[in-house]
Amino acid sequence: MLELNSIKKSFGKIEVLHGVDFKAEAGEIHALVGENGAGKSTLMKILCGILQPSEGEIRIEGRVHRFADYNAAIDSGIGVVFQEFSLIPYLNAVENMFLARELHNSLGLLKRAAMHRRAMEIMQQLGIAIPLGMPVRNLSVAEQQFVEIAKALALNARILVLDEPTATLTPAEVEHLFKVMRGLREKGVTIIFISHHLEEIFEICDRITVLRDGEFVASCAVSDVDQERLVEMMVGRRIESSFPAKPAIPASAPVVLDAEAVQLKRGGPVSRFNLRTGEILGFAGLVGSGRTETALAMIGAYPAACCKLSINGVEIRFADPAEALAAGIGLLPESRKEQGLITSFPIIQNVSLNNYDRYLFGHFFINRRKELDDTIAAMNQLQVKAQGPMARVDTLSGGNQQKVVIARWLNHTMKVLVFDEPTRGIDVGAKAEIYQLMREFTARGYSIIMISSELPEVIGMSDRVCVFRSGGIVATVEGAAINAEEIMMHATTGRIKNVA
Amino acid sequence: MSHDALAASAGRDKGAGTPLWKSALHSPLALPLAGLVVVSILMGFASDSFFSVSNIFNVLRQVSVVAILAVGMTFVILTGGIDLSVGAVMALAGTMSAGLMVHFGLPGWLGLLAGVGIGLGLGIFNGLLVAWGRMPAIIVTLATMGIARGIGLIYSGGYPISGLPSWISWFGVGRVGIIPVPVIAMLIIYALAWVLLERTPFGRHVYAIGGNELAAKLSGVKTARIKIAVYTISGITSGLAAVILTGRLMSGQPNAGVGFELDAIAAVVLGGTAIAGGRGLILGTVIGAVLLGILSNGLNLMGINPYLQDIIRGFIILLAIYIAREWR
Repeated sequence: MLELNSIKKSFGKIEVLHGVDFKAEAGEIHALVGENGAGKSTLMKILCGILQPSEGEIRIEGRVHRFADYNAAIDSGIGVVFQEFSLIPYLNAVENMFLARELHNSLGLLKRAAMHRRAMEIMQQLGIAIPLGMPVRNLSVAEQQFVEIAKALALNARILVLDEPTATLTPAEVEHLFKVMRGLREKGVTIIFISHHLEEIFEICDRITVLRDGEFVASCAVSDVDQERLVEMMVGRRIESSFPAKPAIPASAPVVLDAEAVQLKRGGPVSRFNLRTGEILGFAGLVGSGRTETALAMIGAYPAACCKLSINGVEIRFADPAEALAAGIGLLPESRKEQGLITSFPIIQNVSLNNYDRYLFGHFFINRRKELDDTIAAMNQLQVKAQGPMARVDTLSGGNQQKVVIARWLNHTMKVLVFDEPTRGIDVGAKAEIYQLMREFTARGYSIIMISSELPEVIGMSDRVCVFRSGGIVATVEGAAINAEEIMMHATTGRIKNVA
Repeated sequence: MSHDALAASAGRDKGAGTPLWKSALHSPLALPLAGLVVVSILMGFASDSFFSVSNIFNVLRQVSVVAILAVGMTFVILTGGIDLSVGAVMALAGTMSAGLMVHFGLPGWLGLLAGVGIGLGLGIFNGLLVAWGRMPAIIVTLATMGIARGIGLIYSGGYPISGLPSWISWFGVGRVGIIPVPVIAMLIIYALAWVLLERTPFGRHVYAIGGNELAAKLSGVKTARIKIAVYTISGITSGLAAVILTGRLMSGQPNAGVGFELDAIAAVVLGGTAIAGGRGLILGTVIGAVLLGILSNGLNLMGINPYLQDIIRGFIILLAIYIAREWR
């Protein structure tokens, strides 16, 4: 039915898919699994025409297809329900289902009754009842998802991609979704199911394809594997990269930061963790498990339901990141372009952005000589490769951009630095340098929280690891327990202790 | 790279190594300046009296009010905001300071100061609503525009308030040597704004918020405070513009300055500041304001129908922005 043959994809010089094969039959539910960054999303974007493969071919029922864009893929019977829904919130279900493909008469007026009838038919086929006339923003997440599925079917999808559809559903809603999926399977629709929840895969799927680091690992029937074997395939055996040695952190090392209770959403799970002086605490977990939100809540940049912190035993609450900075907590954000750099600024002004207190003369004016000297010193210390301090930051490589963001914190007396995905989009050489820098920071007495989706990095760098799942910490592991299987197991199947 | 090499390259980027004309060409001021020169030459051909000293000071005196409003507007636009209330706030400040002098017998200097204070107060009001109230600047300042205009009209009954001490005209039509006082005031305000934007941490933070507010906030910049400050500055410059205007009209005019906010925005944008914020120079704004002034002066000298002048100005703004789209 569907074949993707040796698909390769490069972004610039970096190849992210190294010849992946994927086959799915009509009327099967096929799980696509792998860690963050394994290439699942990229592969699916190629399937639905959003990205073009560098090499390889897409065959549907034996015929080779080339999709110029998403619309071309839709016309060939492919439907995708993305993680972030693509519904227009103020339109109702019917209007959303026929968006950009509205039925109209020869005068160009909408055939509202015909669209409504067709929508009713599809909903009945799916066995779901949804108020069709209501703006979709008033529907529950699950109902919105059904609208997405119905939309794909209205466009005659025979191949349906569901990208983590259960991430935000309650167990009852998941059951309902599975019923709908089974119904579609009966009708011969091929469903590609992406999920990080392994138990769901064993419940609903027929076959599994595993990707790892952009490579095809295996494809087999669900009945041929168990959870442990699956995790092993996802994690694989890797060559350890060059992580600096972990210094021994004495158990008696003083706790610098104690998060007694962090609750992201009212009624959600409550996390508790502490950070010892000189330690790197890893935040592991899948994308969307609440790692970043927890860190942002700590520095007052995310409106958490509850965030009780104390620093060196003194209870404290930050209204904004400026207060956190004053207390010695800084964040190096996940997305350098959107949250880290002022791209219209040269390096020097990006580095000094939160350092001007040090460069004042006459109380009000910038001591530009000192600003330049300090920036050059920081660039030398971090080995930033650039034309000079006046170079524009968007001309730098990812690794050097990250160093510019790090340089901003170099001249503060910090207690805690939060590195959110410190090496995302950075080449191997620069990664090793960043790891080295992090250890230099801890040697200076800083403590680090490192949020990372890369398991080898979490394992190689962390002295202890908090594993997140569905908005809270499900386990904290240390010592020999910091290994891929253990962490993946907690991240995909860990149970949350729900404290109201 | 060694310290010396980096330091040397820092120097080079300032223009020591690359030819001066090349770095000048890439300055954000290049286009506005070129526009100013071209328009001046055209006007010089069209009218013999254009290049006389008296006419040039005349142009500068005429643009001074909008140019001063445009200073505050530059701060606001650099953060990615907008202030539609400047014309109305200026009118209210002028009306109230005249009223305080005439009806309440306040000494002239105190009346003028109170006008500036009214501008400052309304600026803080705008800033608080935008920064803390998290309302869109365009709506907040549109509302303030209506409120300020309405208060001025109610207080004055819609009539100008005259009978001011005669020395107040010094602010509008006085001279120091041959230079008109409004021009001196304008230059001083621009100099202060330049120092604030180019030489203080506050200025860098203004640019940072317009460039990437989230990144600035996450790195510890007090974004709310900076935003309140820029609207406050805009209120102050509105109050200062009111002093000049009151001196020129020798009365408080509740209907003054209608549409001046749009002229101020046009001056800022013609000066090369990005309407989305983050990029731009205060010196560009003064060039933009003078450019607009020369245009109307020249077209007046040529005797062109004022309605037609509006159309020409509109097209020139469109042309300028079109040329500037891809320019860095």
